[in-house]
Amino acid sequence: MTNYSSLLALIPLLPLFSALILLFSKLPKQGISILAVGSVASVALISLFLNVIFWQQSDFVLTASLGSWINIAQLNISFGLYLDPLSLVMITIISGVGALIHLYSAGFMYPDNDFKRYFTYLNLFVSAMLFLVLADNLLLLYLGWEGVGLCSYLLIGFWYQDKNNNLAANKAFLMTRIGDTAMVIGLFLLFTQLGTLDIQEIQIKAHSVWSLTHDNNTMASLCCLLLLGGAVGKSAQLPLQNWLPDAMAGPTPVSALIHAATMVTAGIYLIARNSQLFQLAPDVLYLVALIGTFTLLLGASAAMVQTDLKRILAYSTISQLGYMFLALGVGAGASAVFHLMTHAFFKALLFLAAGALIYSLHHQHNIFKMGGLLKKLPVVAVSFAIGCAALASLPFTSGFYSKELILEQVVASGHTGLWWAAVLGAFITAFYSARLFFVVFLGQNQLSPNAMPTKSMSLALVILSVLSLFGGIHPVGLKMLMPQLDAEGLSTLQHWLPITLPFLAILFAWWMFKTKRFGRPISSSLMQGVHQLLKSGWAFDLLYQTIFVSPFNTLCQLNKDDLIDLFYRLIEKISCKLHMVFSQFQNGQLRSYNASLIIFCILAFAWFIGGELIL
Amino acid sequence: MIPISWILFLSLSLFTIGIFGVLARRNLLFILISLELMLNAVVIVFIAASRYHSASMANSDGQIMYLLVLTLAASEIAVGLSLVIHMYRQHHHLDIDKLNKLRD
Repeated sequence: MTNYSSLLALIPLLPLFSALILLFSKLPKQGISILAVGSVASVALISLFLNVIFWQQSDFVLTASLGSWINIAQLNISFGLYLDPLSLVMITIISGVGALIHLYSAGFMYPDNDFKRYFTYLNLFVSAMLFLVLADNLLLLYLGWEGVGLCSYLLIGFWYQDKNNNLAANKAFLMTRIGDTAMVIGLFLLFTQLGTLDIQEIQIKAHSVWSLTHDNNTMASLCCLLLLGGAVGKSAQLPLQNWLPDAMAGPTPVSALIHAATMVTAGIYLIARNSQLFQLAPDVLYLVALIGTFTLLLGASAAMVQTDLKRILAYSTISQLGYMFLALGVGAGASAVFHLMTHAFFKALLFLAAGALIYSLHHQHNIFKMGGLLKKLPVVAVSFAIGCAALASLPFTSGFYSKELILEQVVASGHTGLWWAAVLGAFITAFYSARLFFVVFLGQNQLSPNAMPTKSMSLALVILSVLSLFGGIHPVGLKMLMPQLDAEGLSTLQHWLPITLPFLAILFAWWMFKTKRFGRPISSSLMQGVHQLLKSGWAFDLLYQTIFVSPFNTLCQLNKDDLIDLFYRLIEKISCKLHMVFSQFQNGQLRSYNASLIIFCILAFAWFIGGELIL
Repeated sequence: MIPISWILFLSLSLFTIGIFGVLARRNLLFILISLELMLNAVVIVFIAASRYHSASMANSDGQIMYLLVLTLAASEIAVGLSLVIHMYRQHHHLDIDKLNKLRD
């Protein structure tokens, strides 16, 4: 086991060292690609190897320690790594998809001057994410969590010369920071309540401490709520979801990395990791399910009307993350992680294919300016089609298995209302996937590609296509992750509706496409309003602008001459005025000096004399 | 013998005229003259007091004081006048309203 421990320790350290070497060395571009891609690829190989080792074992735990971090009386925190089935799945996704994205980036970013900086950030990103999922205590997890946030900020604002990119990066950083603050308060609360930050100990102690007081589980609910706040921020769920569409400002492989392998999956992982803690707070779990449902509907409906290729994919990510939250909320953590995996495959595929499109088409993002690209970019078109099919959860693609599983689990948990909402979401998802594919690849040809995707890009696309197609068949070891609900007793409707609906949606989209209803100006003003509302992502930006930003700005405007400063400035003004008054006396006029002297003498004399007289 | 009140009145008048001169005049020379006038007003009181207190001339402190003040006034006016002449050479006028350089 000790050999494996040192292997485990290598997993997060390899990308970290690679990032450090990149930071302090001057390598040619070839060397940079080999180092950066090689480090993540070797991590992927290590995790595959670990997968092979632990293939048949259901209950393995592998730990490694990288030394002690904080060691004060009751607070013992080490850089401890903890590998169990859940984190093994996570590191496999992160390093596997991450390695493919690195490979792709080596081609995509080759013309860029900041090649080295890009790969430094990218490696650091993967390393932080690996620390996050391997951490055995919540503080180390939080370190990875913040590292991921930092790297996402750096990468979204990678092309920092453009002001809008910086604003998008700031937005992503600040929005997730709201969640992070909630989370760190949650950590403090957990530590004061349970006296430990070790994740496994927390699960055990929470059950022993809070189960005894059945009637009063408010403290458990509060802790879960605060952790949920962090998850909501990172995973772009309902109140804090609107940073994700703007995060498209970064290079496209970065979007793929953020959306598929790292960053947004952190929230799902946090809840899945603490699932035993969350079981103590059923109300919070129900809230998780509700948030997931609303978010999936919101994301799907907003994705229907976007015209920017990457924004469509961003909203679809929000909506797919909503499915995972729904699954977590109904207590089907394993299917959430399963969907996370298949989503990582097909969303990385979609983003990389979209990146190849954008790369070939002069940085064109508007889907209505594309069209008829099926024959010109066959590799991209086929991989995009596979990605869209998986996103629409057509049968026998990876997305189908995971989404069906989630829907089954929702039925099994008895939340019929949520099930209907999720099915509606699946319909909309299939509809916008079909719209996206039809508009971009079929129809009139408008732009001709001027650059073909490089070999490394095509290779990454092909591998991811295969994974998106077959990555969901018979999820071995899913049962090991977490207890699953019993999915018996599905009615015929509940069984067949989710399978048929995507086809109906695609037919509907085909009809809309054939009659050229996509991209046509809308005549009725009501529909136009709805269209605007959807396009702005249910106007959450505007809402936050009115509720938070504008009042704050107004307040700042009002308090521009700081009230406290105003008081001190008054003192200054009074002393100035007094100074002016007194300086009048020293005017150099001898005669006025004389006059004042004499007047004073007379008055003093009169006073003395008067005093004498009265006495 | 002249009543002392008359002499005091004379002295007071001279002193007031002197003050008025100091305050109202702008020419430095006239101010010096007004100062002399005030000194003289005081000196008159000394002499009158000396005369009033000792008719037999046994106490002549007042008159000695008068000589002292006279000497003092002479030396003072000598210094003052030389300064005035110097000033006149520099500024070609003796208007004290304009001679306020000491302020700076």
